[in-house]
Amino acid sequence: MNIRAQVAMVFHLDKCIGCHTCSIACKNIWTDRKGTEYMWWNNVETKPGTGYPTLWEDQEKYRGGWERRDGKLRPRLHSRLGALANLFHNPALPTLDDYYEPWTYDYQALFNSPQGDDQPTARPVSMITGKPVDIEAGPNWDDDLGGSPVYAANDPNLAGLTDEQRRQLNELEREVFFYLPRICNHCMNPGCVGVCPAGSVYKRGEDGIVLVSQEKCRAWRMCVSGCPYKKVYYNWSTGKSEKCILCFPRLESGQPPACFHSCVGRIRYLGVLLYDADRIEQAASAPQDQLVEAQREIIQDPFDPAIAAAAAQSGVRADMIEAARKSPVYKFVKQWKLALPLHAEFRTLPSLFYVPPMGPVRAAAKGESYECSDGAQERLGPMLSSLEGARLPVRYMANLFAAGNQEIVLAVYRKLIAVRLYKRFTQVKDIPREEARKALELADSTAEEAEAIFRLTSVPTFEERFVVPPLSRETAIEPVLDPFDHKPAAGFGFREAPQRKW
Amino acid sequence: MSSVVLFVAFPYVAMILAVLAGIYRYRADRFSYSSQSSQFLENRLEFWGAVPWHYGILLILTAHLLALLFPAAWGHLIGAPIRLYVLEVTGLALALITLAGLAILILRRVTNARVMVVTTVMDWVLLAALAVQVALGFWVAFFYRWGADWYLHTAVPWLISLFTLHPRIDYVVGLPAVVQTHMLLGFGIILLFPFTRLVHLVAVPISYLWRPYQVVIWYSRRWQPVLAETSKAAMAPGSSRTGL
Repeated sequence: MNIRAQVAMVFHLDKCIGCHTCSIACKNIWTDRKGTEYMWWNNVETKPGTGYPTLWEDQEKYRGGWERRDGKLRPRLHSRLGALANLFHNPALPTLDDYYEPWTYDYQALFNSPQGDDQPTARPVSMITGKPVDIEAGPNWDDDLGGSPVYAANDPNLAGLTDEQRRQLNELEREVFFYLPRICNHCMNPGCVGVCPAGSVYKRGEDGIVLVSQEKCRAWRMCVSGCPYKKVYYNWSTGKSEKCILCFPRLESGQPPACFHSCVGRIRYLGVLLYDADRIEQAASAPQDQLVEAQREIIQDPFDPAIAAAAAQSGVRADMIEAARKSPVYKFVKQWKLALPLHAEFRTLPSLFYVPPMGPVRAAAKGESYECSDGAQERLGPMLSSLEGARLPVRYMANLFAAGNQEIVLAVYRKLIAVRLYKRFTQVKDIPREEARKALELADSTAEEAEAIFRLTSVPTFEERFVVPPLSRETAIEPVLDPFDHKPAAGFGFREAPQRKW
Repeated sequence: MSSVVLFVAFPYVAMILAVLAGIYRYRADRFSYSSQSSQFLENRLEFWGAVPWHYGILLILTAHLLALLFPAAWGHLIGAPIRLYVLEVTGLALALITLAGLAILILRRVTNARVMVVTTVMDWVLLAALAVQVALGFWVAFFYRWGADWYLHTAVPWLISLFTLHPRIDYVVGLPAVVQTHMLLGFGIILLFPFTRLVHLVAVPISYLWRPYQVVIWYSRRWQPVLAETSKAAMAPGSSRTGL
């Protein structure tokens, strides 16, 4: 047993309003430099949709994540020898055009243009070449289903949906979609770390944050392909890969990451998980439909004294173990089993979990009335009908959040619905006690649990959402570095301009 | 006299500078050690250029190096005419492939606006030096036939004399100018090594063949030796703590 601590995350998708505040908060702090213009360490996608970079989920194309081959777990991208053979040309590398060519506008033209009959215009110019460009893609090109028949129709998660289900998704004026905010998953079995030939991508032992050493990176760019979520980006100017750093300089001073802090819908939770690092390979090698459960298995109970002792033994600080006991992520993922990893089939054991959205519940309406197929549930009103008729097909959600295993997603929804029914019973009182009890029973839940889920979902305080102790690196470095010198440089350990000089 | 400067002083200066400047750059500016790949900006021509170029030049350099390191074995290898023919033809073909790859890479830098943006003056200097060097090599191989043989009795003893610190230029002074230029430009490229992106040559990530897939760095453990050292120093009388 080798217990490690992981700063982990939960995004509650029912609360995401798709405002992109998280993306902007991140952009303004980290990626407004030359070479990073096209990077969005945090981005928000509309689903169904092909995302950013286009079709990132298609691992036939990008070969990210891990695969089981001859009973062994290995990166899908390459064998060890293959990595060296492909140094000169990475066959699975997304290029700039798979993201988009970053642009600005020639605003000076508005002032400098000679007087004439026509209004001057500010043409879009490339932020790479400085030359005029035709804008053909952007970081969020199919936002709110813009151009759906062209873009969203290619979404790999639509596989397995019937034609009727697909038709209903696109029913005019009743289109259905939800938002998927994405940052680096800081995986327990990171693909980017596994494929880096130089060994420059690493996981921090103390908190599990995955980072790229800018001094060790030699631009072999395998990490870009190896991450199945496409959350490692190549800086075309410095010749180094960069990625989400979970705002570790903020975490070190006790603040949540900027995207978490700024989230308008308060959908984001941050907490510590304890997991058994000796069982990473075993969990990541599980059969596809058991991957979600296998990952839950290696997440350990922080209240168990034996686990806490083992964690302390392997160097986890006492305040991290204490935080693990109050972790909202532990509740959502392990106790309530409501939050699921995105694309578990990539076998990276992500540390970012999503509570799937309920969305509009009804799939089809006849005329003005919401006619339910299931008569028994009709009495629950139009808000809550049968899951089988869900507007967003369960199969689609299972493709996203459960490696195709619909049972796992159904269990989550049954619980989410039970919480709603139970709260409607206690607050609005238009649902009979028996109905609420039956729903809870069906969801294998209790009134106490439903109340706790409601509290942490609807009215959590700042301190309940973000439960990570200050990583207190300043205390740790005190004997070596002057904390007052170190603090403004907030933990970079790398204090030169990221520019090419030679 | 000028021969001594060219065939003794220049190689030594080039090699010493390459090592010293290379080490200095690695210690002072490790961030700059990168292959500066531009595949992300342009994918298709990069494949047709970079793959033949790299594999070609690696094989050709290996042949040069093998003959230098194992002259006796090499001499035995080319002893039979048929083996010599095969080797010469292979070498010529490889030179052509390498040259074609390099030409595509240069063309790519000229024609693609994005790649042009990430090209520095030193990149052009390096590309020009490499292009001339490979072209000269092809020229020598084509017009001064059986180089696999006479290389053993001219350049190899000269290089060995350099490495053993008993430089003897009589092996090379009589050679044709083209051959001499090829030799000197070789050292010119060694000289360019620490000042260009060529430093990625020493970054070959061979350890990937055996390292574990997951890399974990414990900040606290990494600093442990430094911390112990510092606390010891802090205990010493009259010491004052300073930053790193």
